[in-house]
Amino acid sequence: MSDWIAIAKFDDLPRLGARVVQFDTVRVAVFRTATDQVFALKDACPHRGGPLSQGIVHGHLVTCPLHNWRIDLATGEAVQPDQGCVRRFETRVEAGQVYLRLAETAVETMPAACVSHG
Amino acid sequence: MEKLKLVVVGNGMAGMRTVEELLKIAPDLYEITVFGAEPHPNYNRILLSPVLAGEQQVSDIVLNGMDWYAEHGIRLHLGRQVSRIDRKNRRVEAVDGTRADYDRLLLATGSNPFLLPIPGIDLPGVVAFRDIRDVEAMIAAAARYRHAVVIGGGLLGLEAANGLAARGMAVSVVHLAPWLMERQLDEPAARLLQRHLEAKGLNFLLQKQTAELVAGESGRVCAVKFKDGDSVPADLVVMAVGIRPNTALAESAGIHCERGIVVDDTLQTITDPRIYAVGECVSHRGVAYGLVAPLFEQAKVAANHLAHYGIARYTGSVTSTKLKVTGIDLFSAGDFMGGAGTESLVFSDPGSAVYKKVVLKDNKLVGACLFGDTLNGAWYFDLLREGTDVSEFRKTLLFGQQHLGDSGHGPAGQVAALPDTAEICGCNGVCKGDIVKAIVEKKLFTLDEVRAHTKASSSCGSCTGLVEALLAHTLGGDYSTAPSKKPLCKCTEHSHDEVIAAIRDQGLKSMRAVFEALEWKTPDGCASCRPALNYYLLVRWPGEYQDDARSRFINERAHGNIQKDGSFSVVPRMWGGLTNPRELRAIADVAEKYQVPEVKVTGGQRIDLFGVKKEDLPAIWRDLAAAGFVSGHAYGKALRTVKTCVGSQWCRFGTQDSTGLGVKLEKLTWGSWMPHKFKLAVSGCPRNCAEATIKDFGVVCVDSGYELHVGGNGGIKVRVTDLLTKVETEKQVLEYCGAFIQLYREEAHYLERTAPWLERVGLNYIKQRVVEDAAGRAALFERFKHSQQFAQIDPWKARAEGLDAAEFQTIRITA
Repeated sequence: MSDWIAIAKFDDLPRLGARVVQFDTVRVAVFRTATDQVFALKDACPHRGGPLSQGIVHGHLVTCPLHNWRIDLATGEAVQPDQGCVRRFETRVEAGQVYLRLAETAVETMPAACVSHG
Repeated sequence: MEKLKLVVVGNGMAGMRTVEELLKIAPDLYEITVFGAEPHPNYNRILLSPVLAGEQQVSDIVLNGMDWYAEHGIRLHLGRQVSRIDRKNRRVEAVDGTRADYDRLLLATGSNPFLLPIPGIDLPGVVAFRDIRDVEAMIAAAARYRHAVVIGGGLLGLEAANGLAARGMAVSVVHLAPWLMERQLDEPAARLLQRHLEAKGLNFLLQKQTAELVAGESGRVCAVKFKDGDSVPADLVVMAVGIRPNTALAESAGIHCERGIVVDDTLQTITDPRIYAVGECVSHRGVAYGLVAPLFEQAKVAANHLAHYGIARYTGSVTSTKLKVTGIDLFSAGDFMGGAGTESLVFSDPGSAVYKKVVLKDNKLVGACLFGDTLNGAWYFDLLREGTDVSEFRKTLLFGQQHLGDSGHGPAGQVAALPDTAEICGCNGVCKGDIVKAIVEKKLFTLDEVRAHTKASSSCGSCTGLVEALLAHTLGGDYSTAPSKKPLCKCTEHSHDEVIAAIRDQGLKSMRAVFEALEWKTPDGCASCRPALNYYLLVRWPGEYQDDARSRFINERAHGNIQKDGSFSVVPRMWGGLTNPRELRAIADVAEKYQVPEVKVTGGQRIDLFGVKKEDLPAIWRDLAAAGFVSGHAYGKALRTVKTCVGSQWCRFGTQDSTGLGVKLEKLTWGSWMPHKFKLAVSGCPRNCAEATIKDFGVVCVDSGYELHVGGNGGIKVRVTDLLTKVETEKQVLEYCGAFIQLYREEAHYLERTAPWLERVGLNYIKQRVVEDAAGRAALFERFKHSQQFAQIDPWKARAEGLDAAEFQTIRITA
């Protein structure tokens, strides 16, 4: 359990929105969907590095604010016809608290296509 | 009384059109028998090309199905070619022995493809392009073979070549003349066409004379050999060198034929007054027509006489050719080549594939040839037929009718100027008056409806633009341009207009309500529809609808412009572009305090602070608010800026206080959300230093008052404003401006700038709502002022005081 980090209260995440969590090494966008699912992606679009946290969330997707790439929150992959993938982080909600795992070891949580993109 | 017997030989477009016309005026006069050599009901031969290209099915091009014949009691003999006319006993006989007696006989035997008298013409794999059977043979060949050679570079040949290429064959077009379609195009236009078709993969062999079709081992054609000794491989050869009137049956019955069956002005054969002839098989005053429009004119006259009305005369047709060859619009009429005693005016833009040429003789138009842009074809054709003296406007003749008088009204203005008798659809002979009448009386709103009701634009489609312009002109704001309804986004089947109407008429006041009432396909929309719906709801229910930040693009959620590195820019509002040392000092202080990397003056007379971190925004705004600044909305689909020149206060040319008026306009309009960004300007005199004529709403002051200009755009596509009206007082300027903005806010589609909106609904419509209807204008202005009560709350100050704080805060976690 030690690698799970408490990052925010669930209620502090806006529904259909995101919060930015800045770690020492990485900036992470934590999303909350209309159905209250929580996802976390590195806050950089695979296209030009746009801040995904600033995009519009709809369904399981976020649309990047810079050039409208759509990224699947669950897999980190861009929706066709765009191609690319962004690093995904595991999240967990327990007793109103959101936890995130930076998951240096959790390569298995990334789809195969993502591994090469880091 | 026993009915008269009418026998029609030929089940094609001319014959059945005559029967249709006859049934319209004398439905019970005849017992009608029709012989057709083909096994199909009456179909639209013009549309064989789309069938070949795979765009339509045979069933799509049927004009009158079997039920039509039954419904009118017509005896139909399909697949039976008439071989004999017994004029003495007034009886025809088909090859299979079927006989029919007649009181009147109508010959509509059409034409036959001309086959070159060369060796190999009978080989398997050699076809013409005339009927459904030919098309079926070509489709079958395309599925099995690779190389196709089309002999003949006229319209028919090019359509065949295009269709075969679309079906994957490698196609070469062989043409004897030095350029394509030499009967319709001059050389420069033909070269453009050739280049266009070559880009699509067609290969051209010009000035080549075919000598022989060579058989391969299987007995099927395998190559085309030319007189110069060259040859090309060919698994399929399409003969499209021309047509010949089909007169064999008439000649065998002793009816006088020259190039076609000779008829007089009543379409009766000169040999036998009981026998009529129409269509491509006919020679009238020495002319055989191969286009649809003359055939239909003949049909009308023939039907008139068959019905015993006896008042119509056919005196020949002046033909123009308006064609669509593989998606390219062509128009030609009259003497388009020019020559001795004529002058040619030419506009040539090969880069954008546009070529226009009109030929004048004694200041009258005698011919025209247009490639790529054929919008003015109908106008030129009218000038040609009516012999109008064009000397007054020959300088602008090539640029079209809209350049006469007021400029910039687009095609809607052009069709408005056409007389009711102007022919819009050359294929089906439909005039402007018919179309407008149908639109009004039958309440038509779409291109498809007009096609269904009038047949205009239903054949070759080259007049589609004109018909759409007529729809737009006739309906004003009610017309939706898309031929078929264009959904707002992939989440719905509904168009922008339908969504706007539903929100208004069904009283939908939340996004959830819209999703449910209009059966949205996604649970929470997408990045396209959510901002649109948020806007539509906001503009319809000011003060009631709660703005949804989550449905706003980041710029409008964070009230700054996101830059490519994720930082934001900050533009404080400077009313009318005015500022002072205190304000400038405050901006300088902010720039230093927050280490703003770049400070720039904008095109809208404001100062832009670039590279601000999102977290710093509320603090910067607090400092700016303390100096009296509010948001400049430089980031929003909203009122942006009012640009001004110095005006009468300083300028020696100024006629009015343009700066002061600009400030008043900005105080009135700031904060309002729009379908798209909206820019204003006020110039103090016609020198127009504030560039008011490329703004959404521009004021040009003159000595006697204020000219109001609308619909300008200085962006991707520069568009100069249209003059809305002229007013006398500043108070009027404010009212007209507010009313115009409100009309735009209520009726334009989300993300539609005023320029395309104006072109879509027409300047006349806007004038009618904002200028002519004084009560309506006042109501629009009131609604605008009402909504401004809720909009003019500075979003920066609110956020500096803590609203949406989480939006701007980053959660920092250190190891």
